[in-house]
Amino acid sequence: MSLFLIVALPFLGALLPGLMNSAGRQACAGVTFTVTLTALIGLLTNLPTVLAGELITAQFDWIPLLGLNVTLMLDGLGFFFACLILGIGLLIITYARFYLAREDNMGEFFTYLLLFQGAMVGIVLSDNILLLLVFWELTSLSSFLLIGYWKHLPEGRQGARMALTVTGMGGLAMIGGMLILGQIVGSYDLSVILKNRALIQASPLYVPALILILLGCFTKSAQFPFHFWLPHAMAAPTPVSAYLHSATMVKAGIFLMARMWPVLSGTPEWFVIVTGAGLITMVLGAVIALFKHDLKALLAFSTVSHLGLISMLLGTGTAFGAMAAVFHILNHATFKAALFMSAGIIDHETHTRDIRRLGGLRHLMPVTFGIASLAALSMAGIPLLNGFLSKEMMLEEAYHTSLWGMPYLVPALATVGALFSAAYSFRLIGHVFLGPKRVDYPAPPHDPGAGLWLPPALLVVLVVVIGVAPFLAEPFVKLVTASVLGAAADVPHAHFKIWHGLVPALYMSIIAVVGGLALLAAFKPSLRFWDHMPRPEAKRIFDAVIATSVAMSRQVIHRLHDGAFSRYAAIMAVTVIAVGYHAWATGTVGAATRIAQPANPVQIAGWLMLVTATWGLVFLHRNRLLSLILIGIVGLIVSVGFVFFSAPDLAMTQLTVEVVTIILLLLALNFLPNRTPIESSVLRRTRDGAIAAAGGIATMAMSYHYLLRDSIAPSISEFHLANAYQGGGGKNVVNVILVDFRGFDTYGEIIVLGIAALLIFALTETLLAGPVRARLLNRKPDQPRAGIMHPMMMVVLTRVIMPVVLMVGFYVFWRGHNEPGGGFIAGLIVSIAVVMQYMASGFSWTAARISYPYHGVIGTGVLIAGLTGVGSWFFDKPFLTSDFTYVRIPPFEKFELATAALFDLGVFLAVVGAVMLSLESFSRLARRAHVPDADHPMDIDPSRDDITAKAEV
Amino acid sequence: MELLVASAIGILTSAGLYLVLRLRTFPVIMGVSLLTYAVNIFLFASGRLTVGAPPILSGATNYTDPLPQALVLTAIVISFGMTAVIVMISLGAYLGGDDDHIDDLAATPDAGLNSDLNTEDAQ
Repeated sequence: MSLFLIVALPFLGALLPGLMNSAGRQACAGVTFTVTLTALIGLLTNLPTVLAGELITAQFDWIPLLGLNVTLMLDGLGFFFACLILGIGLLIITYARFYLAREDNMGEFFTYLLLFQGAMVGIVLSDNILLLLVFWELTSLSSFLLIGYWKHLPEGRQGARMALTVTGMGGLAMIGGMLILGQIVGSYDLSVILKNRALIQASPLYVPALILILLGCFTKSAQFPFHFWLPHAMAAPTPVSAYLHSATMVKAGIFLMARMWPVLSGTPEWFVIVTGAGLITMVLGAVIALFKHDLKALLAFSTVSHLGLISMLLGTGTAFGAMAAVFHILNHATFKAALFMSAGIIDHETHTRDIRRLGGLRHLMPVTFGIASLAALSMAGIPLLNGFLSKEMMLEEAYHTSLWGMPYLVPALATVGALFSAAYSFRLIGHVFLGPKRVDYPAPPHDPGAGLWLPPALLVVLVVVIGVAPFLAEPFVKLVTASVLGAAADVPHAHFKIWHGLVPALYMSIIAVVGGLALLAAFKPSLRFWDHMPRPEAKRIFDAVIATSVAMSRQVIHRLHDGAFSRYAAIMAVTVIAVGYHAWATGTVGAATRIAQPANPVQIAGWLMLVTATWGLVFLHRNRLLSLILIGIVGLIVSVGFVFFSAPDLAMTQLTVEVVTIILLLLALNFLPNRTPIESSVLRRTRDGAIAAAGGIATMAMSYHYLLRDSIAPSISEFHLANAYQGGGGKNVVNVILVDFRGFDTYGEIIVLGIAALLIFALTETLLAGPVRARLLNRKPDQPRAGIMHPMMMVVLTRVIMPVVLMVGFYVFWRGHNEPGGGFIAGLIVSIAVVMQYMASGFSWTAARISYPYHGVIGTGVLIAGLTGVGSWFFDKPFLTSDFTYVRIPPFEKFELATAALFDLGVFLAVVGAVMLSLESFSRLARRAHVPDADHPMDIDPSRDDITAKAEV
Repeated sequence: MELLVASAIGILTSAGLYLVLRLRTFPVIMGVSLLTYAVNIFLFASGRLTVGAPPILSGATNYTDPLPQALVLTAIVISFGMTAVIVMISLGAYLGGDDDHIDDLAATPDAGLNSDLNTEDAQ
């Protein structure tokens, strides 16, 4: 099966459990199982090629410019991990089917589980490190969802948050490390990176890259000092703990260290960091685990300890260490997953995980006893079980490792770790299963159904088989080791045997087991000692760190963002001005290359009008109606300016937009107060004036400087001028740019316009559905109203002029390709024609005569424009390629037909729809405020009398 | 002439900035409109100023730069849409709360954050 399919299957399959949720728990678990099984079978079909030592790859380009391609690779290591993920996944799915309670949402659970599974498979099969990072982050996110699956439990939510924070921070560090690595090698493909050991280790950026990548690995794999999140993640449902926190996710960091082993290992830095952290983690985890009373917490710390063991082995940088690490990954996954599932069974049946409340379960739960004891003995390192074999190898490796020039340090610590490991394994068996039967279990314990004990039982069979016949696992482990080592070292020849003779490792093992038993015998006094020892509480420290960060960011936010818009605006303006000033002060300005054009009195008069209107607007802005008139003047002068500076299209657009904007603001002003009161102090007004003056001077200086200089590089405008006629078939270059050269931009813009109109419509609907409606209905106009709602002159004039305006719109539309005009302007002109009817004859009169909804007009416009673009696909051309021809229909003159005109029609409709929908929404508000409009356009507004009467009183 | 255009841009910008910093919605909308004019003229002027040479192909040798015009044309229409949206939002806020202040100083900005943390702590 293609590697793509193997990775994609869990993601695609993640849709199914949610859909099957209503079909029942069996169906839900069934589809999840089938999806995973299919992926596993697909993986196994690649086994012969992997066994032959070949590399399977699959690739397609995703974002090649970033070096981010979907490149997948399957070698021994990837195959091993993918097998673990999918194989244990199958067992976990079965187990979870019976573990989850009736009220748990199973579809949700399995969806998260499949997402997680897909992300994990993605990590182990990625050949591109950027792709690997994407999957890496996905595991953090999906594990967050899984840990917090029981949303009603605060521990679950807090644990999930802590796990996400720690692994997410590590992920961030790792992104940095991976990018450095990619920069050193010049490629983001693992297959290339792994071949460049010498280049990477010689680089001065090797140490930063190593530290950043290891931060990612250590946080993910819960290595000291980031080990604290794992026990808190145990608030998750047990299937999650068994899957994520024993077999898969926490192994992702280990996987990455193994993956990067050929290029990163072997240096003193690698050895000290990885082996050092691994050793500390191993001993610390084992010691804490012994004194935990919660069964899952014990297992969690034991996992931390075993992950430390594996890190320590990878850190030594020898081929034998790597092989021992691979073997222990396999063994740990089998016995630890089995133990977690057993812990889940005990919790499920007795309703407690507290070891102090358990004991004597061997008679009540014989099957569970058998499974858990075998797995725990394997964890303790008892011969004939697989844990013994890899622990022997670990001790053997430790015996030959010397850290900080002290040859006894590593062996001694390794033995201590193994001793505590044996002690807590024995405690698990002794304090839970052995001892006298009790009478005070929270629930009567009994063995569960086969659905719950079969999955761990299968794993325990593996534990025993590997333990008794290690030669069966040997070829596979050596295959995986070969792909870990790559070209860096040869696979060691040592064979997996139960009896190696009287070697130092055996003595260390015996010390560990005997010492473990002794420690358990002295458990009560040592527990008393432990309880009296001061220990840092990780969660409290973590919470304090978080609280400090929150407090600090709040300090900053309080200064910058206190909920006052005017403050944000001032900060923004000052920042922009300051940055601009910095550029000005540090940059250089070239000499002027253009000659200033002389100004004649007419232009100066226009400028004076603009300046007067603008200053007037500032000083008289408290009178809102007056400010509308003044801003109208500004708009008109700007339009005239566009005409003068050779921009007829802009002038027409500005003029028409001006009209609709003023109508819109008038409609709004109908509701808003007519005056702005004086509120700000003189000081504040001075401050604002200073900011405004600085901004004005800055923009003026910048504009003046560039107006007198040519651009330093040739502009692309020449291309548009040269090709508008031959390529676009139009003489109005601005219009050709809009509908042809940059048609895609225009397409986006009409969509934005349409969305803005829909937003206004939706806001109006919301307002009218809520309490505002009552307020509007009760509202009395706050100033005297004219007696005639619909003046006759205006009604007659607008109706007479309507066909004329429509004709003008039609004309402007059609001439747009060659003369000033086009869809935007025609759309605005037609909208004004319709708005005039609303204004003159009233809302209901007009609405009754318009038979199409404006939403539909927007939609039709966007659709026509889009389909015009799609049309070019049928001629094997890119989206929005235009074409044109000239036709002659007697008795008319020859005229041009262009697909661009069809696109422009879409623009036209979208503009008409958007403008009309916005204005109509505003007037709908107005309509609610008044008595309903009369049927006849010319009549008397009764509210006039109210106002007059009030005025007389 | 360049000085006239540049100073017009400057004056429109400063007036726009001043009004944007006011405390009620309506002047802020006016200020945003003025800033829109300023930005549009600024963009337009990036094609430099040319008199009497519109970009309508007619056999002439010199035309003004059509590209900034095309950009500004859509900008004018879009800014109408955006003005309409902010007018609607300010109108909705005024009708809903009977207050057209632009600053919401009554509400503390991180009340939500506080309560979230507190509930978690309480549990």
